[in-house]
Parts: sequence; structure tokens; C-alpha cells
Amino acid sequence: MSSDAPGQPVLECRDLTKQYHHRPAHGVRPAVLDVSISLARGECLGILGESGSGKTTLVRCLSMLERPTAGSVRLAGGEFSSLRGRELRQIRRRVQVVFQDPYASLNPRQSIGSALTEVIHVHKLLPDGAIPGQVASLLDQVGIPPGWAGRYPSELSGGGRQRVSIARALAAQPDVLLADEAVSALDASVQAQVLNLLRDLREQTGLSMIFVSHNVHVLQYLAQRTAVMFGGRVVEEAAAQPPPDWLHPYTRELLAAVPVVGQPLPQARTAGTSARGGLGLTGCPYRDRCPLRLDRCEQQDPELAAVAEAHLVACHAVAAQPAKGPAS
Amino acid sequence: MTAEKLTVRDLDVFVRRDARPLVRGVSFDVEPGSSFGFVGETSSGKSLTCRAVISLLPAGLQASGDIRYGSRRLSGLTLRELSAVRGRTISMIFQDPLAALNPMMRVGDAIVQVLRAHGGPDRRAATEAAVELLERVGIDDAARRARLHPHEFSGGMRQRVAIAMALAARPSLLIADEPTSALDVVVQAGILDLLDRLRREDGMSLILVSHDFGVISAACDQLAVMYAGQVVEQGPASQVLSKPAHPYTAGLLASLPQPGQSRALVPIPGSVPDPGEIGAGCAFAPRCHLAQEACRSEPVPLFDVAPGRTSRCLRWTDVYRQEAPGGPDEGRHAVVE
Repeated sequence: MSSDAPGQPVLECRDLTKQYHHRPAHGVRPAVLDVSISLARGECLGILGESGSGKTTLVRCLSMLERPTAGSVRLAGGEFSSLRGRELRQIRRRVQVVFQDPYASLNPRQSIGSALTEVIHVHKLLPDGAIPGQVASLLDQVGIPPGWAGRYPSELSGGGRQRVSIARALAAQPDVLLADEAVSALDASVQAQVLNLLRDLREQTGLSMIFVSHNVHVLQYLAQRTAVMFGGRVVEEAAAQPPPDWLHPYTRELLAAVPVVGQPLPQARTAGTSARGGLGLTGCPYRDRCPLRLDRCEQQDPELAAVAEAHLVACHAVAAQPAKGPAS
Repeated sequence: MTAEKLTVRDLDVFVRRDARPLVRGVSFDVEPGSSFGFVGETSSGKSLTCRAVISLLPAGLQASGDIRYGSRRLSGLTLRELSAVRGRTISMIFQDPLAALNPMMRVGDAIVQVLRAHGGPDRRAATEAAVELLERVGIDDAARRARLHPHEFSGGMRQRVAIAMALAARPSLLIADEPTSALDVVVQAGILDLLDRLRREDGMSLILVSHDFGVISAACDQLAVMYAGQVVEQGPASQVLSKPAHPYTAGLLASLPQPGQSRALVPIPGSVPDPGEIGAGCAFAPRCHLAQEACRSEPVPLFDVAPGRTSRCLRWTDVYRQEAPGGPDEGRHAVVE
């Protein structure tokens, strides 16, 4: 492991590609194609995308649950994607994932205290005598009474289980928490509890986090920076503050489609290709649905380019527009 | 068929074995050609309420109450009488379109089957009608696509096919139970737009069930907010959402991240109760910041808030007054810090 230099991203990937079908000659688009992202220490990066956009595959590669076909994943500067066996297991501890379904991610026959104990024990993070105290403090941290350590997942509500999943991830003392649609399965009233918990954890303990969601409002609330995915590519990336003027036609379509209380639903265009993107390896994945489509979009996949400070867009049409003033 | 008024009075749904109530005393009207939304969280009884309207309750559950469509009584019909109503007068679509479609059958044939079951035209004419229906719900190249099987469609397209099937016998009331919850937002916008168009063009009435306030707000004229098997607040959608009169509605609105949200969300503490653990008083009392002794001791009736608006809260005036008029962002915080 290399030492942790200040200013160095805690987790980053370069040109990461994941191809599930091994014959690119068939023209099957990879699930993730040449994606580069970086996460600063203490930051929450949001990843926004619809089903099929590649966001979950990206998370699986970043956590090394899936080996990328090409590209590198670096954790605190150390290359991670080439590791195997024991080294891989050791480093996996440092990137923990919280999944969407808290009903499926906890063992129904293991008490919640034992689930946390196991994590600390397996990674030899504390002497056995100190574990119960740590378990109590972890449960307390996520808002579960420490006295509940003997309870089973079936005795908890969905929100309670998701809190336990978060406590279990934190038990491993990770450098990074990856949350994949971690609140989507929860009821609205409970969702806010978990969002606030994650927000507080980041503010109070400096936890670095990647939060994947299809819900743009959730990301606006939680993330300092959001990357929008479509067709396995990051098509736009912008800092949350000041609120960005989203430019990519896909991001705009997505934002316009979200129903907001008190506003009429915007006229929908009949759906075209899914977020998986059109077939074929070349060209912009969004071109079949794009209102701004140019000839160039057919042959050349646009690269992310800066349009303003901390704002990148991958779109030929946006790049061709005259630059806007700094005021916008 | 022209739509008629649906009237539901004192609907209860309970488990037959132990009489455990799951839906309690729900009453509502759906005016011809209007849209009515049920919004609530898991196990609030919103789906059961809708299923009870056309006697599609899961095995082991039983309903009581008075349900009328126009002059016709729907509650207590025999199975044979019901089959004349289902599909032809009132039709239903569900969250998972795959469950409604036969995987072995071409979608066009599935629609033809519905048309002919309801005494429709001969096969050739029915096939043409099926293609027209598919076109109507926004499926391009419908003549070719009618010959495809359900697995060859995307999720949004499958839901369109399920809607086409539900519309085949020209029902005048469509019940849609979370029709877009499994779909992406862009696809969802298309389905909601389609439902709205069908309602305007055919004068069809719509009952929409959703957990998403945004969806209900965009698609419904009237709404009922349900909690633990009861309606807690009911009225015109725009009024209820801009100026709620029940702490649960106000709490849910405050816990949803809104565009440009930067202030901390205010979650509702605790979680939804199991049907078995609801006491005598208000089911929401254990989670309510306004709850007082009277709330816990006896059942709370519905109070009239304004013409056409009711709230099941002893302290509704406190909620109603707190919510300042204006955008949801102004109103949303009375309770913050």
C-alpha cells in the first residue's frame, strides 16, 4: 500500500471498461466503457442513471466484486484491480458496499450483533475483548439501541435493516462506502432517516462515499458532485454547489421527467432506446434519442470536456455551442 | 361505454381467519372522467382498497361495505356477475406487466383473446383492432410488434401492452396499481402521459395507486392519503399537497428531497406499524409530534377541513395553520429545529 498523500483521491478509476460478452466483434456495447472518476477524501460523489446505464456495474468494479475488463482502480494511490487472493481480501475491507435490498443483504439466522462482531473478528480489527463495546457504539452511531444487538433482521423494519447494513459496512473501518440505491427500497418517511444518517456520518466522521441512485433529488441532497451515466459512459459531471446548469440533453430529459409535487407532468416524448444505449461500439450512446444530434455523433463517441469550473459534459452539440459567460 | 360515478362506502378488508382488519372504513367517490389517487406507504391498504372494488382480493381476505358503480351494486356480486363487470366496465393494471402477460403468447394474440372473450368481432377484425390498440398506447410499428412475445419488449413497452389489453374491452374505469413504480422516470413520464390522454379522449375515469406524491400530484384531481388501513386525509390533490391538514401528510412532504433541497430533511420518526399492533386511538399517534392523550385513547373520526376535504386528526387546525401558503418550501418548515 502506498502512503496517503494529501489531495490524492481516496478512490479512483481510469478508463474502466467492463465487457460481459467476450466477443466485441458482435458489437455488444460494454456495460461500462472507458469511465474515469475520482473520489476525494470526505466527499460524497453521486452517480445518477437509469436501469441499464452501467451504474451498478461500475460500483461492482470499484468494490472489486467484479474484475474490470480493462482499466485501473486505485485505492489511496495503490493499484487494486490486479490484486488476487489474500491481498485482494485484505483490500476489499477498505471499500464497503451497502446494497439496495436490506432484506436480502442480511443473514436472517444471524443476530445483528453477531453480524457486526463477525466483520470485526474476521478482519482482526480489535482484540476480542473490545468487540462488544465497538458493536454497541456502531449500533448507536446508526441510531439503533445497542440493547438490540441480540435481535434478528426479521425483528427490524426495512429502515432498521438498512441501518444495520450501514453499521456492518462501517464495522470494517472502510476508506470508502459505496451505496448502491441504498434508500430506493425504503418507504418515504424512513428514506429521509437513512439519508440524514449518511449525511451526518460524512459530516461528522469524514466518511468518503459514492452514492448511486436513479433519484436526482436524493443526489442533490446528499452529494457534493454528481456524475450522470448513460450507456455505460459518464455523460456529464458537475459539482452540486452552485447548482449546476445541466447541459447534456440526456440529463435534461431525465430532470424534466421527474414528477415534482405541485407541478404538472411535462409532455413526454415516446421512449426510444433504453439507458443501455444503442448497439454498436462507436458513436454517442444517446444519439438515437437525442434532439441535438449531429452527423459526428454517429461515428465518434464524445469525450468529457470542461464547460465551466467543475463541470464536464460529453456532447458534440454542447461543445459546438458558443461558450457561455461565467455568470451562467 | 360512458363512465359513471363510483361510490365506495365504509369499505373494510379483513383477514377471514382471525378478522384482523387491514382496511378500515374507507369511503370515496370517483366522478365520471376524473382521476383519483391513493397514496401511502407499505401496508397502508391502498392496493387492497382498489382490489376490493372489483373483488380481486388475495385468497383469505374478505371485504365488507357498499360499492356502487352508477346505479349498479358491485359488492356481493357472484363470480359470474363479476366477470361481466371486470374488463368490460372496470379494468385493472398492475406494477409488474409481466405478470399480466402470458409469456408463451404473442402480444397481439393476447389482445385478440380479450376482445373475443368479451363478445367482440371475428378473428380478422379483432387482429386489426389489436394493432390499433397497440398504436394507440404508443407502440411504433404495431403490426409487426403484435407478433412478438412479451420478453421481446422493454419494461415500459410491456406496461403499454398491458394497458392495451386492459383497454381492449373499452372499460370506463381503469384502476392502475403502481403502474410505473418498476419503470425509469423517462418511461414513467410516457405512461402517465398516456393514461392522461386516454382519460381525456375517452372520458374514462382513473384510480391511480402510488407511493410517489409527485406522480399523484401530476396525474390526479382528487387524492386520499392512507396510513395503516385508514384514509387519514382526502380532498382535491392540489389543495392537500399545498396545504396539508394531517401531520402524516405534512411529515411525508417534509421528508421528501425537493429540487434545490439544502436544508436538512425532517424524517418522520419510527416506522409504519404492523396491522396487528395498532391500538384503539389514532394509528399515527406513536410517530406524531402533535399527539396528545385524546389521540391515543379512542378512534379519531374524519373532520371536515374545507368543502370536499377531510382529515382524521384531532389537531388538524394546528397542522393546517402551520403550513404557510406559497410553495412547498415555505410551508415545509414549521417543524425544523
